[in-house]
Amino acid sequence: MNTPSANLPNAVELKPGTLIHGVILGCFCLGFGLLLALTYSRTRDDIAARGLEDKQNSLRQVIPPGLHDNDPVTDTLAMSDAAGKPLTVYRARREGRVTGVAYEIAGPGYSGEIRLIMGIAADGKLLGVRVLAHKETPGLGDKIEVKKGDWILRFDGLSLGQPPAELWKVKKDGGQFDQFAGATITPRGVLVAIRSGLDFFAANRAALTAEN
Amino acid sequence: MATDYRTLVKDGLWNNNGVFAMMLGLCPAMAMTTSATNGLGMGLATTAVMAAASCLVSLFRKLITREVRIPVFILISAAMVTMVDLAMNAWMHELYKVLGLFIPLIVVNCLPMARFEAYASKSPPLPAFVDGLFMGLGFTIALVAIGAIREITGSGTLFADASLLLGPAFKVIELRLLPADSGVLMMILPPGAFLATGLLVVVKRLLDRRIAAAKAKAPNVVHSPA
Repeated sequence: MNTPSANLPNAVELKPGTLIHGVILGCFCLGFGLLLALTYSRTRDDIAARGLEDKQNSLRQVIPPGLHDNDPVTDTLAMSDAAGKPLTVYRARREGRVTGVAYEIAGPGYSGEIRLIMGIAADGKLLGVRVLAHKETPGLGDKIEVKKGDWILRFDGLSLGQPPAELWKVKKDGGQFDQFAGATITPRGVLVAIRSGLDFFAANRAALTAEN
Repeated sequence: MATDYRTLVKDGLWNNNGVFAMMLGLCPAMAMTTSATNGLGMGLATTAVMAAASCLVSLFRKLITREVRIPVFILISAAMVTMVDLAMNAWMHELYKVLGLFIPLIVVNCLPMARFEAYASKSPPLPAFVDGLFMGLGFTIALVAIGAIREITGSGTLFADASLLLGPAFKVIELRLLPADSGVLMMILPPGAFLATGLLVVVKRLLDRRIAAAKAKAPNVVHSPA
């Protein structure tokens, strides 16, 4: 099976039996590939359902259920943020009227990006902010998680004018929000994110709260 | 040659422990052990993959030629890990949210690779399965021990959030041993992993030496009653 071809003068002469190794490896790849394809097709729908539930759970934390009679997860609006990046906006409606919106925001943390979700009522008041993912130092920066502290709850009910825009900073930077012991960069990143989210709402208010 | 399962069990759990004796799989052993619960979860996931993959390697051992054994071993363990990853995401989603990040790390753990090469590829399926299982359990014990030391000294808790991993019935093993915020933060950070692992290696060596000394004193007793 491995006789060097006379027609190809430059063909490398294979060591006897080399081909069989390739065939064996190929067979294993094929077999396990099929097994993986089967597993994927069996789990695909369940994984998608779990992903949707996760999203509903995080939206429920920033949009109170009393505010809407629709399912905000499926009532989305594709927008782009100030930097031109695509942003999905989830809308809460009651009797067709938009009562609030939620979208993801992000800010620079101590070690990587902090991703949050923010809910904001149609009148511009913050309904809530929650951390989705971060890589902050355990025991220090992770106090931004609602599980580990109530720091993140202090933004509920505030808006861009209340407090004034220039006070949306941590105290160390001349703002009005407490940083927490040993960590300034993390709260600063969260405030940058919230501020950008509030600015986004202010800039796109009409589009965000439009009926359709 | 008859397989001595007792030796397999003892080697896996203690004598030839993956982390403390062979010094393998140190990357997950250090990265994953910020708490005892994390260590337990990672250990159990590794155990499941190792036992199943060892068994598979052994079943195919006559087909796998020497030249391609390494890629085939990697293929087998990567396929097992991906299947576990997908299945957990679909059917054990709460657990997946805790462990999901770390499941793919099992592929790059050199402990399964070492056992495939040194044992599973040369033994029948059952001993290979037992070897994979107990090497995995030994790994789990090591991870829980490192995690426990780091969690107690770093956060003052033990088995925090274990109910997320094992179910609500395990709420009782979630302990707070020291007041909140009194832990040494360094122990949860990477240096703590090196300190705790090093300390446990020393403890194991000291115990081994003591056992050897006790055996030397009573050379006629082959099976000590204890």
